[in-house]
Amino acid sequence: MIDKRVATYREAIADIPDGADVMIGGFGSSGIPLELIEALRQHGAKDLAIISNNAGVAEEGIASLLRDGLVRKIVCSFPRSAGSVWFEKRFEEGSVELELVPQGTLSERIRIAGAGIGGFLTPTGYGTRLAEGKETKVIDGKGYVLEMPLKADFALIKAETADIWGNLIYNTAGRNFNPMMAMAAAVTIAEVDQILPLGELDPEKVITPSIFVDRVVSEEKKHVTA
Amino acid sequence: MLRLSSEEMARRAAQDIPDGSYVNLGIGMPTKVANYVSDDKQVIYHSENGILGVGPSPLPGEENPNLINAGKQYVTLLPGGCYFDNAESFAMMRGGHLDISVLGAFQVAENGDLANWATNDDKFPPAVGGAMDLAVGARKLFVIMNHTTREGEPKILEKCTYPLTGMGVVSRIFTDIAVIDVTPEGLRVVELFGDNTLEEVQALTGARLLPPLTS
Repeated sequence: MIDKRVATYREAIADIPDGADVMIGGFGSSGIPLELIEALRQHGAKDLAIISNNAGVAEEGIASLLRDGLVRKIVCSFPRSAGSVWFEKRFEEGSVELELVPQGTLSERIRIAGAGIGGFLTPTGYGTRLAEGKETKVIDGKGYVLEMPLKADFALIKAETADIWGNLIYNTAGRNFNPMMAMAAAVTIAEVDQILPLGELDPEKVITPSIFVDRVVSEEKKHVTA
Repeated sequence: MLRLSSEEMARRAAQDIPDGSYVNLGIGMPTKVANYVSDDKQVIYHSENGILGVGPSPLPGEENPNLINAGKQYVTLLPGGCYFDNAESFAMMRGGHLDISVLGAFQVAENGDLANWATNDDKFPPAVGGAMDLAVGARKLFVIMNHTTREGEPKILEKCTYPLTGMGVVSRIFTDIAVIDVTPEGLRVVELFGDNTLEEVQALTGARLLPPLTS
């Protein structure tokens, strides 16, 4: 019988080793698996490469991993925003490597990794600093940059509702990067607000099919956010 | 010389947003454009994180922490609006489905090159977000910016000196003193605000301006 429920956030992330590539869903304050990130921070795996749209603000989420010195590299479109003090500090002291990726290229690189595509040509970034060193091609007079898939060892994602097989439904714009990351990681762990028995999710409304999800957790919230 | 305030610039840009269009407004001054689109037009706003049909700010106490715009501000969804993932959202941009994107800029070149994501100051860690995708994707790219820097240096140039966001992407520039189109012939003045003259505007511009077409 398939049941992907895990009792605690701590158990759900316990096998993430030092040096792992970890995708983390979310955009700004929306759709971030804050409980899983807090469990990962307490777990203490080091030298992590974090793939996420932002790099966290204040003391929360990815910022807390940067503060505790657990991050070796960030792959990100918008690391700097109001309150991103830990990213700025680690970047300035040179302890964190940054790979800056245009946002749509980031989500598409993740999507194609999950879809088994070997690369794609995008007009985004053509002729700019972010295309330096990359292959380019002109098709019908328009320039394109070759971008490669981006996969990870683990994805930590946030959804609103799961069933015990791991089918997922999101809340409003909290969807953002979560569905693509679920596809692109060897192990996908979903933090959710509730887990329903089989048959209670409307199959017409499932956004992430269970095949992309390995573990679902819905522990009582401990890490309350503002 | 007449210089519009940022609110007046937003109002002027709003006049050029057609009824029925799908529009993405960049962070900062471009976001203000929505406040001035007249009520007789129906415009559907796109937010890069995955929303079509973005509505106004929620009432205090009714904020949903998941429902934010690209500037990380709380928003609402209008009837008819919908949500989608980030890859689909950027397919809307890159695929040319958005009618208009409105962005701020550090510099625009006479061939339509846009520089709006980084300066040459390496002390600041870079951040690009969706700017490069918005620049290449929308059918029309409006730039809204002051005509010169705070120091009075021109921001419209023969060639950008800051790192590029996109090549040959800008359609129309709304500044505080004029409206200028990027055309195959060069930069064409569309409108001079108040009694501003072509010579006055030219003096503050780092590339050659063509006079308004007489109709």
